[in-house]
Amino acid sequence: MMRRALLLLALVLASLLVSCEDTDARTVVLWHAYRGDEELAIEDVAQAFERAHPGVRVELLSVPFEAYLSKLESAAPRGHGPDVFIDAHTRLGAYEETKVVAKLPSGVLDEHAYDATSIAAAAGYGVPLSTKCVALYTNTALLPEAPRALSDLEHAKLAPGDYPLAYEADVAYYHAALLSAFGGRILDDAGNYTFDSDAGVASLELLRRLSREHVIPDEPNGSLVTQLFVSGRAAAVIGGPWLRADLGTHVHYRVTSLPVVDGAGPMRPLLTVEAAMLTPRGEKSELAIDLVRFLGSRDAALTLATVGHQVVARNDAWTDPRLDGDPALVAFHEAARTAVATPTSARMQSAWVPTDEAIKKVLRGGDPRAALAESHARFDDAVKPPPPPASPTPALVLLGALLLFASWRIVKNTRISDVRASASAYRYTAHAFVVVIVLVVLPLGAGAATSLFAGTRDAPRYVGFANYVAILTARGGALLGHGSFYLTLLVTVLWTLLNVFFHVTIGVLLGVLLSRPAMKLRAAYRALLVLPWAVPSYVTALAWKGMFHRQFGAVNALLSFVGAEPISWFSKFSTALTANVTTNVWLGFPFMMVVTLGALTSIPKEVLEAAEVDGCTRAQRFFRVTLPLLRPALLPAVVLGAIWTFNMFNVVFLVSGGEPDGTTDILVSDAYRWAFTRDAQYGYAAAYAVLIFGLLWLMTRASSKIAERAS
Amino acid sequence: MKKLEPFFVHVIVLAFVAFALYPVLWVLSVALSGAGLASHGGVLPIPHGVTLDNARAVAGVGKPGGVALFLRQLTSSVVVSLGTAIVGVIVATPAAYALARFKFVGARAAERGLLATQMFPAVASAVPLYLVLDALHLLDTRIGLILVYASTAVPFAIFQLRGSFETIPVDLEEAAMVDGATRFQAFVRVVLPAARPAIAVTALFCFMAAWNEFILAATLLSRESAFTLPVVLQRYVGEHDAEWGPFAAGAILVSAPVMAFFYLVQKQLVAGLTAGGVKG
Repeated sequence: MMRRALLLLALVLASLLVSCEDTDARTVVLWHAYRGDEELAIEDVAQAFERAHPGVRVELLSVPFEAYLSKLESAAPRGHGPDVFIDAHTRLGAYEETKVVAKLPSGVLDEHAYDATSIAAAAGYGVPLSTKCVALYTNTALLPEAPRALSDLEHAKLAPGDYPLAYEADVAYYHAALLSAFGGRILDDAGNYTFDSDAGVASLELLRRLSREHVIPDEPNGSLVTQLFVSGRAAAVIGGPWLRADLGTHVHYRVTSLPVVDGAGPMRPLLTVEAAMLTPRGEKSELAIDLVRFLGSRDAALTLATVGHQVVARNDAWTDPRLDGDPALVAFHEAARTAVATPTSARMQSAWVPTDEAIKKVLRGGDPRAALAESHARFDDAVKPPPPPASPTPALVLLGALLLFASWRIVKNTRISDVRASASAYRYTAHAFVVVIVLVVLPLGAGAATSLFAGTRDAPRYVGFANYVAILTARGGALLGHGSFYLTLLVTVLWTLLNVFFHVTIGVLLGVLLSRPAMKLRAAYRALLVLPWAVPSYVTALAWKGMFHRQFGAVNALLSFVGAEPISWFSKFSTALTANVTTNVWLGFPFMMVVTLGALTSIPKEVLEAAEVDGCTRAQRFFRVTLPLLRPALLPAVVLGAIWTFNMFNVVFLVSGGEPDGTTDILVSDAYRWAFTRDAQYGYAAAYAVLIFGLLWLMTRASSKIAERAS
Repeated sequence: MKKLEPFFVHVIVLAFVAFALYPVLWVLSVALSGAGLASHGGVLPIPHGVTLDNARAVAGVGKPGGVALFLRQLTSSVVVSLGTAIVGVIVATPAAYALARFKFVGARAAERGLLATQMFPAVASAVPLYLVLDALHLLDTRIGLILVYASTAVPFAIFQLRGSFETIPVDLEEAAMVDGATRFQAFVRVVLPAARPAIAVTALFCFMAAWNEFILAATLLSRESAFTLPVVLQRYVGEHDAEWGPFAAGAILVSAPVMAFFYLVQKQLVAGLTAGGVKG
């Protein structure tokens, strides 16, 4: 076994050495997040650039969208990563602050070739390549006439149970179009929150009516919208160019601009401009600047349009007759001309979630004015200016006192002879000590230190304990008010207790049952029961979310199969928590089962048999013999399991997403929101992390004290 | 009653098998049909029209160089995950043994410190880890990624193995040492073989964690051929939409090797079971 392990190690090391490659000076690195046809198109353009510049290589990297921001923000400011990257203009605000992007040198951008909206959106940082906005897809078989007004859709004659219109109505990005029909906006030019207005109320009242009259389906999400349209159960859907690839040839459709809202104005969607931008490293390279210029050329635009089916931003590309053969593309280009560019300001990032929450609340029957006032307050709270700079003295004094206390304790409790006697143990632990210090303790310490800072990552400002004070005083609100630290803590504790209880009960039960000597089909059962753990959890968590859908979910289908009422899972705290816990129990019980199985193998069979001979009942045997014997192996797993569950971000984020109204959020998902959806307050999020750490520390200390006393 | 017992046991186990299997069958159904990840309102996960196109798309069939690229990414995943499991277990085993058997100065502090490392939400350490790797010139290398994964695997493995070492009777090593073995020999020759099932399970845990991780992998790797499979999969999820078919098919493809690996480790578990010498 040792020899085999060493052989494997050698193989792994060998393959690591082979994989090193060097990049030379004639290479230019381009990052993008395109997939499918869009990726093929950008590859074509890169090849054309290579043909025009012999000896030059364009190194393309398609980065997953979810990792794009963090990857760019860690690489670009340190001179790694791309020379050129393609991204939406909406992130420019963030990129400006983190020094990811550099201004274009003069003469690169041909300003006359674009609409003013695109030029303004790219703000001197990028060459606009394409635009994205939503438009109306209509099923030509169900609606032969293209609807011009919303009422045309409402009065369409359809089979009972079918929907005139489907779109992600509870998402702010989509609702912005409805809002614009009443002349409203989410954020004004100065970055103030303007959703809380008469236009906002009117848009929400209309939405509530559409939902009540079943013009639109409940709890719509992207894949449901697509499915309804493809299966002919929705006559029209609102979607962007990205929807086309999913529709394929399953359905005959036409694309038109969004309809007019009767008695108000036309719906104007939000516009995203995708632009080629330079990083600080790319700014210094003639080749990178050439590539940006090339990407912005008319030829490149034509490739992007014909191969990638992109709505290219260059106006002179649209005179090419090849684009006339694609009416949907032309329709999207039309729609883009009336669209409103999404604000670039970093404050927009803080506006999405409160806006989503207000829309959801109204769809569940809440009062629009109250929901809007609440969303306004939450936005203002999220963008509150960072606390004033503080003197570092208190923290340094505290740190010094802690160090003194620690060294005093060490000196007091240690005898040299003991240390000498421990030398043999250190030989076993030294390498693990080094690994843990360098790779775990140092990064965590650095992470914890950011909790004393506020502001952006590259211009942090020392604020002392202000972040902690704000969290522990519930930001000046009620101590158990919405989203307060203490309320979230209670939810987190409840969440952890429920999960660990079910994990351990189910895991130990199955482990013990499967270890029965007479058990048949043991291997097959074992393999099937670890499935939840083997399939990547980000896929299965989303599958569970789909199963808990109110109208189309399998769980409600099962309920109605046995004659029960369907449940709207994510509209109440109790049911939403149930959905989260079910998913996480499903994900976690195999771990406890495998640990139990492993532990049971090292319990001598004689002990169990002796107990049987002594005439113990089954329950006695389990609780007096098996369980105490399992304890040493199970206890660390339970403690670790509890800690992991306490910090289990994925499931909460993917299944309920904090719904309803952020009540099922646990501490760590709240910390994530502060870092990524509320004005990038990394310091504040780090303070959350430190507090989570402190709480867990106290809890494990307390529980081990109790356990010691009990035994 | 006694006769019915195996029947009841099978009913209980089968109920949990159904619970475990049901969502996976939905994923499989999506993988085979390419429809969205929303259920279609039915109770049974039956796909509309079966096709292998999604699996083919993930494996790069039909794209020039696609299959070769997929195989390199598969290799990358295997190397990184195996590397993590091996590094994790090799670093952790002696330390766990020392914690389980020796009384030494700092043992309690080490134990508490290790537990403490698990309490800090991982989100907070991503950027500092990037800086550490940058300083070590290990960015964009598989060794770097293995080290990063080891940072979570080692504390966990020490914990898990320490518990297992404690369940092994001390008499075993003492007998070996009476026979003239040194402590280290007793550890290698007696304790390690006895702990084989536990080591296998721990290695499996480390392997799994690395096999499914994608945020750090996507942040630290910048060459497409070095991407691990979860990063490849995550590319099917875009800003506005996701290609659920290939995403689900990829998830099934990704979990298949893990199931195979589990089968191998399962033999170790059973070996440990029978090594006790008593058969039921």
